[in-house]
Amino acid sequence: MMKIDREKANEIQELSGVNTKKCMKCGKCSASCPSYEEMDIKPHQFVSYVQRGEIEPLLQSASLWKCLSCFACIERCPRDVKPGKLVDAVRQMVIRERGGNHLQEEEIPKLLDPELPQQLLVSAFRREKK
Amino acid sequence: MQRIGVFVCHCGSNIAATVDVKKVVEMVKQEPGVVHAEDYQYMCSEAGQSRVAAAIREHGLTGLVICSCSPRMHETTFRKCAEKAGLNPYMVEIANIREQCSWIHKDVEEATKKAVILARAAIAKVDRDAPLQQGESVVTKRALVIGGGIAGIQTALDIADAGYKVDIVEKSPSIGGRMSQLDKTFPTLDCSACILTPKMVEASAHENITIYTYSEVEKVTGFVGDFTVDIRKKARSVDMSKCTGCGVCQEKCPSKKTPNEFNRGLNTRSAIYTPFAQAIPNVPVIDREHCIKFKTGKCGVCSKVCQAGAIDYDQKDEIITEKYGAIVVATGFDMIKLDKYGEYSYQESPDVITSLELERIMNAAGPTKGHLERLSDHKPPKEMVFIQCVGSRCSDKRGKSYCSKICCMYTAKQAILIRDKYPDVNVTVFYIDVRTPGKNFDEFYRRAVEEYGVDYIKGQVGKVSQTGDGKLLVQGVDLLDQKRILKKADMVVLAAAIEPNEDARKLATMLTASMDTNDFFTEAHPKLRPVESPTAGVFLSGVAQGPKDIPETVAQAGAAAVKVIGLLAKDKLKTNPCTAKPDELLCNGCSVCANVCPYGAISYIEKEVRDHGIREVRRIASVNSALCQGCGACTVACPSGVMDLQGFSNRQIIAEVDAICK
Repeated sequence: MMKIDREKANEIQELSGVNTKKCMKCGKCSASCPSYEEMDIKPHQFVSYVQRGEIEPLLQSASLWKCLSCFACIERCPRDVKPGKLVDAVRQMVIRERGGNHLQEEEIPKLLDPELPQQLLVSAFRREKK
Repeated sequence: MQRIGVFVCHCGSNIAATVDVKKVVEMVKQEPGVVHAEDYQYMCSEAGQSRVAAAIREHGLTGLVICSCSPRMHETTFRKCAEKAGLNPYMVEIANIREQCSWIHKDVEEATKKAVILARAAIAKVDRDAPLQQGESVVTKRALVIGGGIAGIQTALDIADAGYKVDIVEKSPSIGGRMSQLDKTFPTLDCSACILTPKMVEASAHENITIYTYSEVEKVTGFVGDFTVDIRKKARSVDMSKCTGCGVCQEKCPSKKTPNEFNRGLNTRSAIYTPFAQAIPNVPVIDREHCIKFKTGKCGVCSKVCQAGAIDYDQKDEIITEKYGAIVVATGFDMIKLDKYGEYSYQESPDVITSLELERIMNAAGPTKGHLERLSDHKPPKEMVFIQCVGSRCSDKRGKSYCSKICCMYTAKQAILIRDKYPDVNVTVFYIDVRTPGKNFDEFYRRAVEEYGVDYIKGQVGKVSQTGDGKLLVQGVDLLDQKRILKKADMVVLAAAIEPNEDARKLATMLTASMDTNDFFTEAHPKLRPVESPTAGVFLSGVAQGPKDIPETVAQAGAAAVKVIGLLAKDKLKTNPCTAKPDELLCNGCSVCANVCPYGAISYIEKEVRDHGIREVRRIASVNSALCQGCGACTVACPSGVMDLQGFSNRQIIAEVDAICK
């Protein structure tokens, strides 16, 4: 049985402003995602995981560090769910649990796949280094 | 003071579960004027109504308060009941303790309190009610159908067959509508034109039907049974009585670069044109915006080649004014514009098309004469991708919140037709859900999969991009296999959402008929009055009311016709006596009321009045009670408080407010 963590699920929804119930499971987010192949948990699954309260796998997910923050999923979601914001929020949660509210510069190279575009680095910095 | 009886309905558990009905009875008994109060399980039932009638006789009641559901539901029921028992039907007031109380509250004590307050207000009002008499108005035995698509044609035919005159007003140069643009129809695959054109011919030949094409409704006044409508017959520039429909003018017209609307702009047409070969009437129109003669003054080729001498460059728009008893709205739909969906490359690539464009491509009379080909290089496609729900079921700002309902089925149809005619073409359909409720519909979709090998993939497409080799790259995922899909396609077909005709809102304003947020006309009751608008005398047919396919449209068209026939069969209609009435002694003729009246029901008369023994002639407001709809705008606007709505007088409303605030 998967561990259900409602508290964290609510926190993620609050952090991201995403209402997971609005999702109609069309998959357009995953279809739009340029990092789809690299992700162990796909963008559309993020929505279902948070909806069900299965947060642990998300915290462990490699997808957090594969998301390019290109916002294609946010832009194209027909139901205004915006799964990219969930990925953001989970990443935020992981960073906070490590005791920091932001990424350290020296941490970033370890977390990133050198083959991924610069955009992620810039985007992650913009978001996490506050 | 009236002798008032109060009747509190349980509505099963609808009211009684949230409102303590016994307590309400007990409380209202203490109100002044109330001589009788009782509760019953279903007041609207035969037994409930007998109790009301018995109480009227037994207690000599002169006013009734029914605490029940919305007056929209059962006001008529209880008015009739009162009338049968010898009471004036307008001495009945409804306190809505269901929709406005029990259904929206949970706390029994609070809800009971509110129910008592609502009852008190109704008691205060009925105490000041005066008996009113219904008037009568005439019924013009002629119907107007707005829109000449399959919905309008079918409604008109059914009304005409019952022996009543019908006029069809169609905006475009021919009747036929969207259905005339379709190639085949699901689930039987019969040719659309083959089943539609006989109906078009029947309508045009019917002795009771008059068709105004290239015409628009310009103004609507009046009310149920007695509408007056101005119809603008746009200048056709061709004399309909002379034209033989030979088509030479269209052939010879040198201006041939206008996008062909009928073919969704996939090819061009001449400036003088009929939209399609089977057009009714088979009389062309000159599109003055693109005609060289109208633009430069030099040309006149059509006039020279016309043997019948039918071309008339000086023809003017004509306004026809006609009276109607009923109006049917059958204004249909269009596909949404796709300019906000950049990810599908619709604007960029000619090989990304909408499903209605594919209908034209598949049609023998279409831009490619029925050959399936890419519009970019006219090569036959090998890989075709269909994308469902483009702009349907969207809660973002780009699309429509509703399911367009017809797309799943027409996509299955188009896929079957392609696989049948071109077995070497692979067809892939990306879907979110396949929705096929309807007779033989799911079987039809399964045939697409099982017999015709159409590949259905669950998952909305993320992006369509053009590749260097002139193909299209479709990027999606298979949600069931959890697999990335990158598919090279030759053509991509988008099942774009449908939306009501762009003129629908303008028309709704003219008709004072209500619409929903998506501009579909609202029905009087979503289940029980689905083909009537809440505006009396206005009826709904086809997609103007909501997305529906051809069989449903035809069924609804017939239903609307029956409602129209039912209305036209009456010689007189009872009018609503709750109309505005000025106090002639106090009116100073300021004209404020006439200015706010949306129905043009108020005029001014010079009338001799006696004020404190002095006779003088004054200018005072006069209400035409046949035109007045009882909206109350004048009563609010009148600076002297002279206007009163009968049955809803100012003092009654103040009394209600007082009772609520007591």
